[in-house]
Amino acid sequence: MIDAPRIAVVTFPGSNDDGDAMLALELLGAEPVRAWHADAALPDGTAGVVLPGGFSFGDYLRCGAIARFAPVMEAVGSFAASGGPVLGICNGFQILCEAGLLPGVLRLNRQQQFICADVTITVESTSSAFAETWKVGQELVIPIKHGEGNWYGGADLIAALEERGQIAFRYTEDVNGAVGRIAGVTNEAGNVLGLMPHPEHAVDELLGPMGGVPVLGGLIEATRAATAAG
Amino acid sequence: MKATVLIRPKEGILDPQGEAVGEALRTLGFAVTSARVGRLVDVELETDDPVEAGAALDSMARDLLANPLIESFTIEIGTET
Repeated sequence: MIDAPRIAVVTFPGSNDDGDAMLALELLGAEPVRAWHADAALPDGTAGVVLPGGFSFGDYLRCGAIARFAPVMEAVGSFAASGGPVLGICNGFQILCEAGLLPGVLRLNRQQQFICADVTITVESTSSAFAETWKVGQELVIPIKHGEGNWYGGADLIAALEERGQIAFRYTEDVNGAVGRIAGVTNEAGNVLGLMPHPEHAVDELLGPMGGVPVLGGLIEATRAATAAG
Repeated sequence: MKATVLIRPKEGILDPQGEAVGEALRTLGFAVTSARVGRLVDVELETDDPVEAGAALDSMARDLLANPLIESFTIEIGTET
């Protein structure tokens, strides 16, 4: 077991939660390292990856549509394909969806407004690599801040995701029009997770809710498990 | 050669931007039952071969310009702008 797994936080032009993600990971016992969108490879010894929140490439065209073609995304794709844990937060979630590493797409919020609020999400599935300490039905309070968080997938896709336990989180209330109140999903293998709420903003009692601890802690546990297995 | 890619929200897909525009038009007194907002990309290609251009534009639209889950696209080749 590695005491402080090395987790790469990728900065794209327009990322703005990379710094908070680094701080939160360090606080929870990981060793965060910076990665740059134009890098062809992830830093040596990378055991986990975070794609942080922000507005990569100005959100032009569609959120994440341009960032998914950044050179580092090829390395992230290979890392994910080999079972490495990858967490996408907000814009990072949008990038992973556009890249095809996660199912669905994030649309403009139904109310056409940017929403900034603490929301409650519930754990829907514990079948992913991140869910070692999670319990189905567990409620987490985590802030959201997004204009395009309205997750969409067709009825067939949602049925398949439900059957395979890929719906990680749902909002307890309809906050942005997301189909099925879906707040976070995983890939089929369970090693890639994306969610709209910001766990990196919910790890310090001084700043409010603590719902981010199990999410980022889940990533850290997943990196340890993947490293031990791999 | 010049070409235009027109991207639209698919039918039945929620389009909050279109709804906002429709609402604004109704507020202005226009008898509008629905408005949908898409996107238009004018492209100038190096090639003069319409077949080659068509294939390239199709890839561009599928890979980057449109998200097939929620958007459809049409390609017009040889448009003058």
